[in-house]
Amino acid sequence: MAKFKLRVNGRDREVEVRPDMPLLWVLRDKLKLTGTKYGCGIAQCGACTVRIDGVPTRSCVLPVQAVAGAVTTIEGLAAKNGDPHPLQAAWIEHDVPQCGYCQSGQLMSAAALLESNPKPTDADIDQALAGNYCRCGTYVRIRKAVHSAAQARNAAKGA
Amino acid sequence: MSTTSGLTRREMLKVTAVAGGGVLLQATLPMAAASPPDDVLVGSQELNVYVQIDRDGQITIYSSIPEMGQGIKTTLPMIIAEEMGARWEDVQVIDAPLDEDKFGRQGAGGSTSVPRNIGTMRRVGASAREMLIGAAALLMEVDREGLQARDSQVVHISGQHRSFGQLASLAAQQPVPNPETLTYMDPSEYRIIGTSVSGVDNFVIATGLTEFGIDVDVPGMKYATYVRCPRIGGTAVRFNEREIKGLPGVTDAFILEPNDAVGESEVWFLNGVSALRGGVAIVGDDTWSVFDARSKLKVEWDESSASTDDWSAMVAWAERTAREGGGRVIAGNGGVDAALADERNRTAEAFYQFPYVAHVCMEPMNCTADYRRGTNGEPDSLEVWLGSQFPARATEIAGRLFGMQPEQVQVHPLRMGGGFGRRALHDFATEAMAISHRAGVPVKLTWTRTDDIHNDHFRVGGFENMKGAVGPDGRLAAWEQHYIGFSNGGRPVMGSGLRGNELPAVAFPNARIKLSMQEIATPCGPWRAPGSNTNAFVEQCFIHELAVLAGRDHLEFLLELMGERRWIKEGDIGALNTGRAIDVIKLAAEKAEWGRAMPKGSGLGLSFYFCHAAHVAEVAEVTVTADRRISVEKVWVAVDVGPIINMSGALSQVQGSVVDGLSTMALQQITMTQGVIQQDNFDQYPVMRIAPTPEIDVHFIESDNPSTGLGEPALPPLAPAVANAIFAATGERVRSMPLSEAGYTLV
Ligand code: FES
Ligand code: FES
Repeated sequence: MAKFKLRVNGRDREVEVRPDMPLLWVLRDKLKLTGTKYGCGIAQCGACTVRIDGVPTRSCVLPVQAVAGAVTTIEGLAAKNGDPHPLQAAWIEHDVPQCGYCQSGQLMSAAALLESNPKPTDADIDQALAGNYCRCGTYVRIRKAVHSAAQARNAAKGA
Repeated sequence: MSTTSGLTRREMLKVTAVAGGGVLLQATLPMAAASPPDDVLVGSQELNVYVQIDRDGQITIYSSIPEMGQGIKTTLPMIIAEEMGARWEDVQVIDAPLDEDKFGRQGAGGSTSVPRNIGTMRRVGASAREMLIGAAALLMEVDREGLQARDSQVVHISGQHRSFGQLASLAAQQPVPNPETLTYMDPSEYRIIGTSVSGVDNFVIATGLTEFGIDVDVPGMKYATYVRCPRIGGTAVRFNEREIKGLPGVTDAFILEPNDAVGESEVWFLNGVSALRGGVAIVGDDTWSVFDARSKLKVEWDESSASTDDWSAMVAWAERTAREGGGRVIAGNGGVDAALADERNRTAEAFYQFPYVAHVCMEPMNCTADYRRGTNGEPDSLEVWLGSQFPARATEIAGRLFGMQPEQVQVHPLRMGGGFGRRALHDFATEAMAISHRAGVPVKLTWTRTDDIHNDHFRVGGFENMKGAVGPDGRLAAWEQHYIGFSNGGRPVMGSGLRGNELPAVAFPNARIKLSMQEIATPCGPWRAPGSNTNAFVEQCFIHELAVLAGRDHLEFLLELMGERRWIKEGDIGALNTGRAIDVIKLAAEKAEWGRAMPKGSGLGLSFYFCHAAHVAEVAEVTVTADRRISVEKVWVAVDVGPIINMSGALSQVQGSVVDGLSTMALQQITMTQGVIQQDNFDQYPVMRIAPTPEIDVHFIESDNPSTGLGEPALPPLAPAVANAIFAATGERVRSMPLSEAGYTLV
């Protein structure tokens, strides 16, 4: 057991855990941030995707001792004032979720995409979200919603 | 059950989250502000068990059917809201507690939630509307006849109106109308039904606040993992207990003996394997500590009665059985032999194969249980939190495990991260209850993905040997279908065999169906459209083979098989209606521009299937490269499930079924060697990623047949449509799934 200082969704947190505990379980079991999901534990499905200094990262294979940077989870995706992220609004507008279990991970990957690429093509989306399974098959709507969030974001920026 | 607030604390949190977001997202219209205050009316009023209205006009509708992504939590409340004349923006939907005395059957499976509940929902809504109208008549001192409920108000022909919020208190005191005399809205006046409504939980999902079973947190809760014998049916004899208990974060470890405690309705799926398999439970402070402890675990297993199932042996047996041509005839006549032997006819024989597949719900199986021993002579009690398609079964299991009475058990149903039939079975709940009972603490049992795959109740694999003949006139002359599948205790396992209502057998006289079965011990269960998801592949591909043999156009041949427009069993909604079939087939073909010239390497494939009272036709357009890279460019789907309630939800189910069908046919296969499942995780059992997703063009024929469910029936036609398209593109016949085994890569 050792103490680790983490910055999660803009807050400083301290946890005392085994150094090899993957960030996923620190978030879920210790910090009770359960929006980040467990799907496979071997970096295949993307359900556990968080962002570390902006970079989408599979938290199920990242030991807490190796976390170097600020962590953002789905609970921290909306703006500080509570305004939903354009992707969250688009997800609702396009009725993307079915069971909803994969969607935290999808949104975190998509958020990173929009920051580096404000006008993604279908191919860009396919590439950026290649790491995220959706067992329910919501892929068609994910593509649509990412496009519409990109437009909303660009319109807001232009305004 | 108290309904003063109607909310548990957990639900309250959800509502707050929705409301907070709702304001931001859709600028809800608080109607109370616009209405004159009415001091007589206070509080939130229960009009019936499903509907409450508060004085501000907030309408609360309870959702009692488990939600697993099929959208039922949105669909059924839409029906209530429509019939009562509510405005959807004023509605919030809350999960009902599990209380079947109050809400009736609270289960989801077999695409039956809409047909089972639509009548009740309409009655509930119409009854609430009549009570609101009754209250308005009293308040306005007018006749009921001049009153109408719409947009969350009751409006009089004079123009006077009262909001539902103003009427709620008085409405709750009105007599409950006699269901016999209730009137229902004319569909032409619908404002909610038939529109696209976004899922009521989408805000909490998109913000990560949804509580799935796996997210449950109970005070004092420990985390558990359960290790079963890799060979299905083996039991634990001893393990390195001292070492395991000494590991960091581990608080307890013990063996559980196998136990057959299981709901009556689930015995069939186990194929002789215990519901609670013998194994080793490890309990600890967090999920990682118990997962990680498994790498140090050494167990001595007793495999004397374990499964010896072996996929390669099954294949060898099936090929032999097909060659020998035996089988028990379950339907058909002797005209088949004559037609197959007739030299004027052209004949074909083909051996089809489909693998076992797993459910791999995105949320692995899990359950939280808190078994509390009674003090001071109080009886023991049990609380269970789980995502289940039939949550009441947990109570039944507790009865069998511990002899508990239903009142000693409280079950909290939670949203499921996928169901697909897997969460119709409750082995994981049995384990969690037994572990909490033994450990004496509340425990959350989470299955690893490997547990989830190894201990699935699989979609059964199987084989079909097909024979057919076409006459000199190019028409179907004979059809023989030899199903080579699996049984346990002499009874076909779930999903194996033919139901005797398959096409073309039902619509064509010269057909014979035969069955050969081999005993297995591998548990099998319902997997999205059981039976149909494999039989559609075989039948719809072989019909295409015969069309090609006859030199006929596939569309024309398929329509000809349907014959006259008729109901195979008049008045039985569960029976094929060839008229509805013809309509969807023609529509899919028309939308896909069937018959158009295709470039080299591309092809169109057609299929039709009837199941779950739904008629669905699909056309797939594929491109295949010389190095066997397959791209499914577009899929056209024509569906007749009667009138659509939530257009967005219905489309979602069809889109999801197409993706699921493609993912399964292209990539997935479970094999077993001497009872050991060979695929451990997604690296060996992949799910389709986003890139290969085709364009999906869906068309509904909203016939005036009763609305039926759409969670399953759009899946079966996908695989044969794609396989037939591959033939059209390449001349190569696909008779085995998955495509990856034949060297195809889906791109
Ligand atoms: S849980 Fe991390 S990638 Fe699947
Ligand atoms: S919505 Fe169910 S896994 Fe994506």
